[in-house]
Amino acid sequence: MNQQDRTEAEFSLEALQNGDQAEFARVVEAYSGYIYRLALKMLHNPQDAEDVLQDTFIKAFHALPKFQGQSKVSTWLYRIATNEALMFLRKKRPDPVSVESPQQNNNDETARPLQIVDWCCLPEDELVSDEARKQLDRSITQLPESLKLAFVLRDIEGLSTRETAEVLEISETAVKTRLHRARMNLRESLTAYYQGQVPESV
Amino acid sequence: MIQHDYHNHQDCFHLLDSLSDYVDGELRLELCNEIERHIADCEDCRIVVDTYKKTVYLYHETTAEPEIPSDVRLRLFRRLNLEDFLENSVGEAQE
Repeated sequence: MNQQDRTEAEFSLEALQNGDQAEFARVVEAYSGYIYRLALKMLHNPQDAEDVLQDTFIKAFHALPKFQGQSKVSTWLYRIATNEALMFLRKKRPDPVSVESPQQNNNDETARPLQIVDWCCLPEDELVSDEARKQLDRSITQLPESLKLAFVLRDIEGLSTRETAEVLEISETAVKTRLHRARMNLRESLTAYYQGQVPESV
Repeated sequence: MIQHDYHNHQDCFHLLDSLSDYVDGELRLELCNEIERHIADCEDCRIVVDTYKKTVYLYHETTAEPEIPSDVRLRLFRRLNLEDFLENSVGEAQE
């Protein structure tokens, strides 16, 4: 995994709980990039992502006196950001979005492979061309929210299964199930995209 | 002669359910061996496993370090009344 180098900086819990602005500024400096990326992946719109970014840190600042340091600062921020992003989506779209019950994707069909095309051996420059990168992003946008969150936290943000479970307040087993469904779903989507590039004879 | 008895879809699906742990290196050795034995004989599953692995690899590979545009960062610090702590690094972009 290449994105596991998100380091947990050392912060003074006491200073944070006392509302020390300089210490909080260090937290903002350290994690705003990660939170902005999460918000972008969830909302697919820079303006909306910026709103969620700002609201996340405002909420975090107000919640600091109650932050006990039981989870890492990053995990705590991801949890606030995740809730903010879901609330934002809920406001924008009337149909319910729930982290707890991914009913839109609860049947077994979602984890079944449908397309069998071997695109693995396409040259690397075709797999990661500018156009292919756009497709990778587009494919994420098509995931149901609950799967998207599990995928973005684990495979983009590089959180562990345990940290992701903590952020989403679900079991580790549920994280694994959602991650698997998300990856299967993305595999289908990428197969549909890359299959046109596979030579007939392969 | 009877090796195809093993290749009914239920077995494939059962194995594919463990793919995520397999790709993450978190699957028990016996199950890894079971998957590897199975895909040696089942071409469809071999393709699913390889393209699944590649999917995860591509997302890891194309994920860059997080970046926040300097104007977004500036507005964030202002909104939080933290302008005084904006360090000179990338915060120089002015509106």
